[in-house]
Amino acid sequence: MEQSKIRNFSIIAHIDHGKSTLADRILEQTEAVAKRDMEDQILDNMDLERERGITIKAHAVTLVYRANDGEAYTFNLIDTPGHVDFNYEVSRSLAACEGAVLVVDASQGIEAQTLANTYLAVDAGLEVVPVLNKIDLISADPDKVAAEIEDVIGIPAEDAPRISAKTGLNIKAVMEKIVTDIPAPQGDPDMPLRALIFDSYYDAYRGVIAYVRIKEGTVHPGDTIRMMAVGSEFTVVECGILRATSLEPAKSLSAGEVGYITASIKNVREARVGDTITLADRPAAEPLPGYRAVQPMVFCGVYPADGAHYADLRDALEKLQLNDAALTFEPETSVALGFGFRCGFLGLLHMEIIQERLEREYNLDLITTAPSVVYHITKTDGTKLSIDNPTNYPDPSHIALAEEPIANAHIYSPTEFVGNIMELCQDRRGIFKDMKYIDTDRVDIHYELPLNEIIYDFFDALKSRTRGYASFDYELIGYRKSELVKLDIMLNGEVVDALSFIIHAEKAYPRARKMVEKLKEKIPRQLFEVPVQACIGGKIIARETVKAMRKDVLAKCYGGDITRKKKLLEKQKEGKKRMRQLGTVEVPQEAFMAVLKLDE
Amino acid sequence: MNKPFSLYIHIPFCKSKCPYCDFYSARPEEDDVFDRYLAALCARLAVYGEKYGERLLHTVYFGGGTPSVFGAKRLCRVLEKVKEQFNVAENAEITTECNPADVDVSFFETLKRGGFNRISMGMQSANEAELKILGRRHTAETVREAVEAAREASIDNVSVDLMLGLPNSNLETLKSSIDFCAALEADHVSAYILKIEPGTPFAKQELNLPDEDGTADQYLFAVNELKKHGYAQYEISNFARPGKESRHNLQYWRCGEYLGLGPAAHSFMEGRRFYFPRDLEGFLNGNVPTDDGAGGGFSEFAMLSLRLTEGLQRKICETRFENGGALFDGVLEGCKHLPKNLIHADYERISLTAEGFLVSNAILAEILPG
Repeated sequence: MEQSKIRNFSIIAHIDHGKSTLADRILEQTEAVAKRDMEDQILDNMDLERERGITIKAHAVTLVYRANDGEAYTFNLIDTPGHVDFNYEVSRSLAACEGAVLVVDASQGIEAQTLANTYLAVDAGLEVVPVLNKIDLISADPDKVAAEIEDVIGIPAEDAPRISAKTGLNIKAVMEKIVTDIPAPQGDPDMPLRALIFDSYYDAYRGVIAYVRIKEGTVHPGDTIRMMAVGSEFTVVECGILRATSLEPAKSLSAGEVGYITASIKNVREARVGDTITLADRPAAEPLPGYRAVQPMVFCGVYPADGAHYADLRDALEKLQLNDAALTFEPETSVALGFGFRCGFLGLLHMEIIQERLEREYNLDLITTAPSVVYHITKTDGTKLSIDNPTNYPDPSHIALAEEPIANAHIYSPTEFVGNIMELCQDRRGIFKDMKYIDTDRVDIHYELPLNEIIYDFFDALKSRTRGYASFDYELIGYRKSELVKLDIMLNGEVVDALSFIIHAEKAYPRARKMVEKLKEKIPRQLFEVPVQACIGGKIIARETVKAMRKDVLAKCYGGDITRKKKLLEKQKEGKKRMRQLGTVEVPQEAFMAVLKLDE
Repeated sequence: MNKPFSLYIHIPFCKSKCPYCDFYSARPEEDDVFDRYLAALCARLAVYGEKYGERLLHTVYFGGGTPSVFGAKRLCRVLEKVKEQFNVAENAEITTECNPADVDVSFFETLKRGGFNRISMGMQSANEAELKILGRRHTAETVREAVEAAREASIDNVSVDLMLGLPNSNLETLKSSIDFCAALEADHVSAYILKIEPGTPFAKQELNLPDEDGTADQYLFAVNELKKHGYAQYEISNFARPGKESRHNLQYWRCGEYLGLGPAAHSFMEGRRFYFPRDLEGFLNGNVPTDDGAGGGFSEFAMLSLRLTEGLQRKICETRFENGGALFDGVLEGCKHLPKNLIHADYERISLTAEGFLVSNAILAEILPG
């Protein structure tokens, strides 16, 4: 394939600005998909993606477009995940491209992820092609938004196509822009192979299917390839092109092209996103830049609601991990919850997605514990620990230094909510950095926020304080000294390990208060009084009492109807089985979940 | 060698339906329905007489509905048929429930002549406001007159019903009802905590009911007050002067056999439980009872025994069940971590306290097997 006729590009946008809809229209225009196969947002494969309207994994497709100049161009469209949790994946997808189509909602203007994604694209050296979408809306103000793009992002937007991906208006203009503005790939097909893996997924029949961009060199079936970061070697079984609804084998893939490689790879860990594939017998001297092993940032315990499903949960996690190199898990035991797993996630959304997939795709009923970030602890004897589980938190007297992860957070909002937002950030121990006006009525508020303040419910709190208008983006900037404490919850005098968490000393009391109140509300009365206490290192800081049950009796038996009473007893016994027995106290599963959402 | 059994006869008719009641009853809409029902009962008595006629029958209980609506003569006709078909013990306890509004001296005289020797009077409360909310057809004064009438007819074993946890009730209103029972010199008091049954008018009403603690306080208060007046508790909801415990009630709780006739009446005979469906027309047409499975297993026996103050006893378990001692030990083990104010448990006997009775469902779920 002639390199000059190839265009490799991504579409980037803030959530809901129409990225996937534009992708659908482009597919239609190139007739990559027969009309009858056309489902809305065809690139979002998972049910979950379609429902949530977000892209979780990268997808790619090769299309042929006949341009106004009469030539046929090969478009490689690489769809990127649209969430901060997946920033690394986004950066690798962008690294596979020469250009990015930036979709901005002409009624909303620039939002947090518009900017975050644009910076990623600019950092990757991409040509950014702005597009103003949703101009069919009455509230659309394309002139204003075009000016905003020029002012804030600093790229010309005067002749940006003004389109409606929904109605199909002006899509052709976008296609032409891709041809004229985005540079063709370069790279010598005769050099040693360097292919960037920008996504991979596990197929039960063929093993891992790695999506690659060939930067230099050429690869054929039968070649022995080497993963430069991981170090493992495989023999290529097949390579080819990514069609909209199928994989199309090819004789080879060479510099400039985007496609797939299969090589009987058993696990996505062997074909990590960002790794460079080279040939074993003629390796490249250097891998492509930018690879890093993804590190989970948020951890929580995941337990089957019914202990009998432990093995099912393990199998399900293993299957998900085949496709998700960022998911980590290891066995964990809780006195309260039995056998489960400590799972690591890229962020909150990633955590929610995994939980949802476990419940939906694998029909598991789960109990999860409060999410935790990774704390750095230096003990008095000089040893350094990374703590992601409150259970492992050392005795306070052995701690010389405790540090917590800090995020750089940008919040984009209409000016009227600035007060609310600052109040929220202040409450979450944020440090105000600066505030910039994007235009006369929108601002970019910049805070440094501890990550553990973000992972509980920051986004929900932000949405409710700004009537949904604010958008939010963050990145980890490092660790900072902090006053941390481990807060334990005791029921009837016994610590419930699954309810412990690590928290800033200042926040401990209000949170403890809320926890005991919520637990009091959720734990049904038992045959005896149950004290619910929150304590730090043995010192009780909050207490509530679940009073003893007073009345649970069937006073009368109707006409000698013993069966009715027997059934009631059986039902009661069944109910007990659904409770968690903690020492002598029975706790319903909802109680564990409820304390995770204290601010509702 | 069979133990004596009991007979329950359901009279599924009421003049008016009380808004809290979930017992099966129909309004006598056709003139001849009483007679058809009488005939249906007699036909059933003949059938079961064939089967159990040889066995000693030691209690007969007419419940409802409102048996007094059926008329003293018809009640006596049924009892006559019972005596004809079964081997009724000389000293059998023969009870009928009555609504005080339906009765007078001659009513009771008829019953007395027919062989009835115990009356259960539907009183529910001695407070007019409460009686009104409960939709009762009588006043407290009616109850007093009815009890006096029974005594005049020489029926000297009288029980009255009382309800706890009524709308707008408190310890004061309850005390006045209990004092009223004592002043009547009733021999036996049944005191039931009001339970709002789904589908009843009460379930649809907004009622000012005492909360869990308030109701529990009323119950404990009642146990205490009744004791002061000489009524000892012998079952969750039943209290009696010495020797006046209802033998028919005890038959249920001691897991004895009983035959129940009439729609919605349940039976436990020869190890099987069965019942007639809640369908008057079906009963009139001679429908057969529905099987309700095997009965009398250990869990059931223990569950019933623990309704009584005499509780679950090792000796009786050993006589009744092959591995009775071990089964008893199993329950005893489960009692160990229960608070002492709820349960007495020793080598010989396990019994609930009044506080324990109040939470007996939860205790049973905790300590019973299976």
